[in-house]
Formats: sequence, structure tokens, C-alpha cells
Amino acid sequence: MRGNLPSAVARAASVLPLLPLELVSRRLIANAMAARPSFVKRLAEHAGRTFAIDPTDCPFAFLITPGGDHAHLSVVRELAKAKFDARIAAPMIVLLGMIDGTYDGDALFFSRDLSIEGDTEAVLALRNAIENAELSPSLVLGMPKSIGAPFNRVARFALAHLRRALDAPEESGPGAKVYSS
Amino acid sequence: MTEPARIPELVCPAGTPAGLRTAVDAGAHSVYCGFRDETNARNFPGLNFDRAEMEEGVAYAHEHGAKVLIALNTFMRAGGTEVWKSAVDDAVSAGADALILADIALVAYAREKYPDQRLHLSVQAAAATPEAIAFYRDRFGIARIVLPRVLTVEEIARLTALAAPCETEVFVFGGLCVMAEGRCMLSSYATGKSPNMNGVCSPPSHVAYRQQEDGALTAALGDFTVERFEPGEPAGYPTLCKGRYAVDGVVSHLFEDPVSLNAAELLGRLAEIGVAAFKIEGRQRGRAYIATVVQSFRRAVDTIAKGGPIDVAALRALSEGQRETTGAYRKAWR
Repeated sequence: MRGNLPSAVARAASVLPLLPLELVSRRLIANAMAARPSFVKRLAEHAGRTFAIDPTDCPFAFLITPGGDHAHLSVVRELAKAKFDARIAAPMIVLLGMIDGTYDGDALFFSRDLSIEGDTEAVLALRNAIENAELSPSLVLGMPKSIGAPFNRVARFALAHLRRALDAPEESGPGAKVYSS
Repeated sequence: MTEPARIPELVCPAGTPAGLRTAVDAGAHSVYCGFRDETNARNFPGLNFDRAEMEEGVAYAHEHGAKVLIALNTFMRAGGTEVWKSAVDDAVSAGADALILADIALVAYAREKYPDQRLHLSVQAAAATPEAIAFYRDRFGIARIVLPRVLTVEEIARLTALAAPCETEVFVFGGLCVMAEGRCMLSSYATGKSPNMNGVCSPPSHVAYRQQEDGALTAALGDFTVERFEPGEPAGYPTLCKGRYAVDGVVSHLFEDPVSLNAAELLGRLAEIGVAAFKIEGRQRGRAYIATVVQSFRRAVDTIAKGGPIDVAALRALSEGQRETTGAYRKAWR
């Protein structure tokens, strides 16, 4: 798949403990859900489903169950024994690009840069809820609005360079305008 | 090139409030969207607007000089017509610049209750003859009709002339439906749900993708596996009309090739013949798609307004590597 991290990065990550990643990830998703309370409402009956978010170039995967005003998140080494309703798989940099609106999910799926399995309806609901959330790096990191815009410009610049370095799919997003808040 | 009589309006999709803001920021003259229920033909999970979001969306569009066209383009269910009528009431209350309607009884309701409300006829109404258009125009004051994607440019030219003062709107980019819209039963056949009554063609609740051991991906709709994508082959959403079938030992896209509409090279001609609005399909698509496609087509429309040549190559690059076509607009057969 286009956009894979170098295998050396994956090998290095495979020896690191999962707990710190899990704690940080929980903090980030809590920030996002606090900033976008309508997220779960948009999921409607699909809140409560468990989504396996599988960065295919990393030696771990996320299991996320959004519901109420929070989401349960755990990080696992492999999904073979995990229970989930739907799986969304792509290189990490591609998944990040879907979260921040850089990529169009349909286009990624059509080009086979992203794959899904399981409950298609729940996947669509999640994709649309994320689209509407307009998540920016500063928002997910819980940064104050006053420094959000300049931080997001820098983050976008850095991510764009990383995507090019990793030969990730071409960006097609609405540009810096996405990160206005 | 003859100077067009007017600048075509660029009508852009919005599946979410964020999508609406993106479309407006990207240069949409108007945005079409719907409520989060069965009253519109894109009733997919996670999409559309609740009443408060619609009011906010209309306010945002108006602040930025854009219009909002609210699609209420499914057919009313016997015993449940209040759902559609209250949606008309709420759309008018939200400040919609136009309602896009398909059901003739809902058109009658909207016209009777809101005599001054601008009404458009949805492509779902499948009105493609001078007689049908004249009926809707003269009886209900329909201001614009969205033409189906099965007409040639010259047919559109004749219909546009005959429809006046009713305007015509045509699809120029996005998914291509070549069925008699509003009358297609394929989705109902496979799933029991249709775009006409439930607002969903090939509902995702009945879609299953399965990764095969050999790397291929199969796509099923209900009990029908309709496509197999080999490794590296572009994938698609499983609709019966675009499936691949084996008939007499020959595997082919029996009904319709899985291609996208891109009428970029025909924009100038469509403007010349008096088409009032160019429509971009894709309410189910993300902000990345909306921003890119709307910006590109807005540049093209502005160029047409100045009488200059549009950058067809740039617009053709928008098809994301998918196969594209000018559809029936250029068809030579009948």
C-alpha cells in the first residue's frame, strides 16, 4: 500500500510497550469528543459499535467503541482474537489524513489505498461523523484556540512533507481552510 | 465561441454541515442538501442535517452569498405523508432558497401552502418530455427542472428552449445513473429498499465487502455478489446496475460500465444552449472531494462567463483515476 512507514520504524515500535500509546490515544480521543459533542449523535444507532482501526504498517491496532460522551479505546498487538463490528485498514499516514480531511474516504477505497470489512453501514456512519467533526491537530491535542491556527499550519506542512516522503496518495483536501478552528 | 446568455449557477453537494461550509468556501453558487430522514434520496448513515443544523447551514450560506436548495425528493409513503409535509414546512422555515421535489402531491402541497416559495423538480421525478415539463411549469410554477442523465446535449437544447421560462439544470460531474430515476427498482429487488421510497440506492446495511485469500475483494448487495475486484484493480460500491455478471459464459458489466460522469468538455456548449445550472453529484463524498471539485468547476464557470476557454485537462484530472464518460450527452445511438 502507498504511504507505508519504513519497516525499521515498525520493527522498533514492536518492542515498545502498548500502555503509553493507549493512554495518549485515550487522551486524544477524549479531547476530540469533548470538542465535538455532536459526533456521537451523528453516529446514531452505530454508537456502541466497536471499530478496529488498523494501521497496516504498524505492529498494533486500535479498538474504539464510541458511546455517550466518551469512547472506550484499547490498543492491541493483533486483531485475530479481538472482537469488533467493523475494521478500517490503511497505512497510518493515510488514516491520519482521513481524520483531518486531507483525503476523501471514497477515493481511498476506490484506489484500494484503504480497505474495510464488517458492518459497512457502521463504517459509513463513522466516516461521515468524522468528516463533519472537522478535526484539526490542535483540536485533537487539546490546544487553546489562540495558538491553534498557526500550529495547524505547521502541522499540515509537516504532514504534507511526510506524505510525499512516504509516497502516500496525493492530497486532495480543502487545504489550510480545514484547520480554521 | 458565442457569448452565453447568463452565467450558469454551480450547484454543489453537501452531506453534512461541514460539507456545506466547505462547498460555500470553495465557491459554490448554491448548495443542495437534505434532512436526516427518508425525505431525501441520500438517506445514508451519518449524513444530512437535523433542523437546527439546516437553519445554521442556510444562515452560513446566505452570509457568504450562496443559496441553499433543500432536497425533499423521495416519494411519500401512504399513511406517512406528514413526514414529507412537515419537512416542507421546516425547509421553508429554515429559509431554503428552493425546494427540490419529486412527488407530485408534495409539489402540490408546497405550492398551495407556500405560493411564493421557489420550487425545483428533482431528477427523481423523471420529467424528460416537453409535455411533462410544461405541466409542472404551468400547473405548479416549477422554476427549474433537473434533467435526467439520459439525454443528449441537443435534446437538452430543445428541452431548455421549450421549458422556458422554467430553467433547466444538468449533472456535469460525479456518479452516473443512467436509469429512469425515480422508477428504478433494482435496489428494491435486492434489498427491499430504494432511493425512491427510502432514500437509499443499495443501502449500506445490505453491502458486504469480503477480502479473498487470493487478494481479490468481492462486493455483495444483499444475497447477490455483484463484483470481484482483482488486487490493484479500482474498487467500487456495489450497485446492481454496475455489477459484473456471467451470461452464456461471458463476464461483462451487463447493464452499465462503472464509470463516472465528467462533462467538462461540454460545459461551454451547455452554457450556450441556456442551461441555467450545472450540478455536481456527491452528497456522500467528503470535504476533500467537495473542495477540490467545487473549486475546479467554479474556475471553469467563471472562465465561461468571461468567454474564455476552460482548462478541460484540469477538470478531467478530477476523476481520481476512475474511468469517466460524457455519458449520454454525446451518445450517437438511440
